[in-house]
Amino acid sequence: MVESSQAQPGAVAPPNGAGASNQVQKYELALRALEEGLPAAEAAVERTLPEGAPAHPSVVALLERSRDALLFWEVVAGDEYVVFVRPERCFELLRWLKEEPSQAYLYLSDVTAVDYGGGRPLQVVYQLWSMVLKRQLRVKAELPLSALEIDSVVPIWNAANWLEREVYDLFGIRFLGHPDLRRIMMPNNYAEGHPLRKDFPLRGRFSRAEQTRRALSMDTEDFYSPQELVFMQPEDEVGPPGPDSGPGAGGPAEPEGDRA
Amino acid sequence: MSERRTVEYNVSRSPELGMDGRPVRMPVLPIGMEPELVGEHMLINIGPQHPATHGVLRLVLELDGETVVKCTPHVGYLHSSFEKVGEYRMWNQIIPLTDRMDYLAPLIYNCAYAMAVEKLMGVEVTERCKVTRVICMELDRIFSHLLWIGTTGIDIGAFTVFLYTFQERERIYDLHEAFTGARVTPSATRIGGMMADLPAGWTAALQLFVDTVPRTLDEVETLLTNNNLWIGRNRDVGVIGPDDAINYGLTGPNLRASGVDYDIRKDRPYYDYQTYDFDVPVGEHGDCYDRYLVRMEEMRQSLRILRQALDRLPDGPMNVDDPRVILPGKSDCMSDMESMIHHFKIVMEGVKAPPGESWFSVESSKGELGMYVVSDGGSKPVRWRVRGPSFVNISALPRMVEGALLSDVIAVNASLDIVLGEIDR
Repeated sequence: MVESSQAQPGAVAPPNGAGASNQVQKYELALRALEEGLPAAEAAVERTLPEGAPAHPSVVALLERSRDALLFWEVVAGDEYVVFVRPERCFELLRWLKEEPSQAYLYLSDVTAVDYGGGRPLQVVYQLWSMVLKRQLRVKAELPLSALEIDSVVPIWNAANWLEREVYDLFGIRFLGHPDLRRIMMPNNYAEGHPLRKDFPLRGRFSRAEQTRRALSMDTEDFYSPQELVFMQPEDEVGPPGPDSGPGAGGPAEPEGDRA
Repeated sequence: MSERRTVEYNVSRSPELGMDGRPVRMPVLPIGMEPELVGEHMLINIGPQHPATHGVLRLVLELDGETVVKCTPHVGYLHSSFEKVGEYRMWNQIIPLTDRMDYLAPLIYNCAYAMAVEKLMGVEVTERCKVTRVICMELDRIFSHLLWIGTTGIDIGAFTVFLYTFQERERIYDLHEAFTGARVTPSATRIGGMMADLPAGWTAALQLFVDTVPRTLDEVETLLTNNNLWIGRNRDVGVIGPDDAINYGLTGPNLRASGVDYDIRKDRPYYDYQTYDFDVPVGEHGDCYDRYLVRMEEMRQSLRILRQALDRLPDGPMNVDDPRVILPGKSDCMSDMESMIHHFKIVMEGVKAPPGESWFSVESSKGELGMYVVSDGGSKPVRWRVRGPSFVNISALPRMVEGALLSDVIAVNASLDIVLGEIDR
């Protein structure tokens, strides 16, 4: 590989035959294409719809209904419509999109977030699909790093329950009103932050030695949520008298200490 | 919580008989236990190392007698942050990560990822590549469903089915190996094409598989469909209605068993699925038994698609003729300098995607698999998100088992067809 890069100046040397010249031309074109990269997919850079373009019915309806809640909208990758909304109005608009019969986005496909890094706001991304009308819509809300809070959509779609927990765990966005906002991928006592943020280093914040120390000092109970621990308490108390007051000799001998 | 079941406890050695001669319904408690402990809830833990959790899933169940009062699933034991790692890999280097998510249907994940990136880049793959990917995806749908039926059989106590289906799965492993060199993690796609063209004789081997596998499916159905034990463990267990199923985000066979006709191959067709002649099986009761029936029929429909795809598989190039995404041929690289530089640049700098984002959904064996890629114009993604079907499906488990019996938890969990590699990612 290194040899070929050193040999690169040789590539522009004039070809020695007429037959080869065609091929060289072809590869020069290919190399230039490689340098320039791919053109952006059709309309991917367009920030707003051109006048007269066939608009997404839901985007039109949203514009008519609550223009003040919409920041802007765009079309990406040819046919995907994205609507940017104000985070404080997001819940209301999403509820309307589900409950309004002319929209009927009964199915929430995904909730996720995107961090572009460099202190830019985090985007919360909702993927909606209307099974009745066969329409796709992506709703985004931008949250500044200083206020990573947005209303939970679990009251609208139960599917958002674990998806929002995942976004909370990996991005640190708090979903207000979520019934059970706990970490889902990382352990409950994970102290290194939120891994999918751009400022999180690939191998974690702590040194390898510290990570190993923490892993070794973990207790089984680290994985229990506080609610579950409440249930654990009485069972531990009942434990010891159980075998003693059992039905006499019939019970199997229970090894001592496995309840500890 | 839905309504609780009436449970007849009759396990004590000398049951206390009531006036009508039937056993008195009472919780099983050791004689002499303190009366205030009657009705005490018990907390039990299933997993993470338990064969019936199909991986490292942990369920904490609060039981009243044998009835599940509360179910708390814990996931994350396999979490290896593929999405974070993906942000440090070039577009083509992510493909090996995708098949480590769902190692039961790896080719579907390879294809879905490649499709999302190609959509972002505006690359249209060749006709031969399209048909090959359809073949790969349908083959792996059968691959995954065969594993599901085998392991679910074991969970419920029907061991023989496992042997029948794994024999057939072994033949799919052989097909994977013949095509890609790997059995479990094929990493078969590349941006703009496949890692290689189909080897000689592969389509004939696939044709043989397609012709002979229905016999095994018939045998499995003979063993299970009218089996009294199978029906007893599955029928009316884990019921979820169509509205709830949509609200909980269920997709794939789990959703269709509840009577919702949603299949991405029909509703948002990709790769000309609208031109294939196949039916989407839909259940009506939303219980474990309907999920079983839906999956059995899906395998037969996949075979139909495979037959049509084999018939129409065109000749021609497998990869697109676009030097920006595809490596030059090996013999060109070895014989002329320009191709070698071209090869070097693609390998070292990677394929570049324009700024933008795209979402691509495919119907995987387990439900809607969405790949969301965001690019800033570089050779690595800003964000690569996988909407895994199992992750959302398993989150509906508490809704389906609370109020049911402990033994139903095993049946319901098996019927959801989860794969932990994709849940934890």
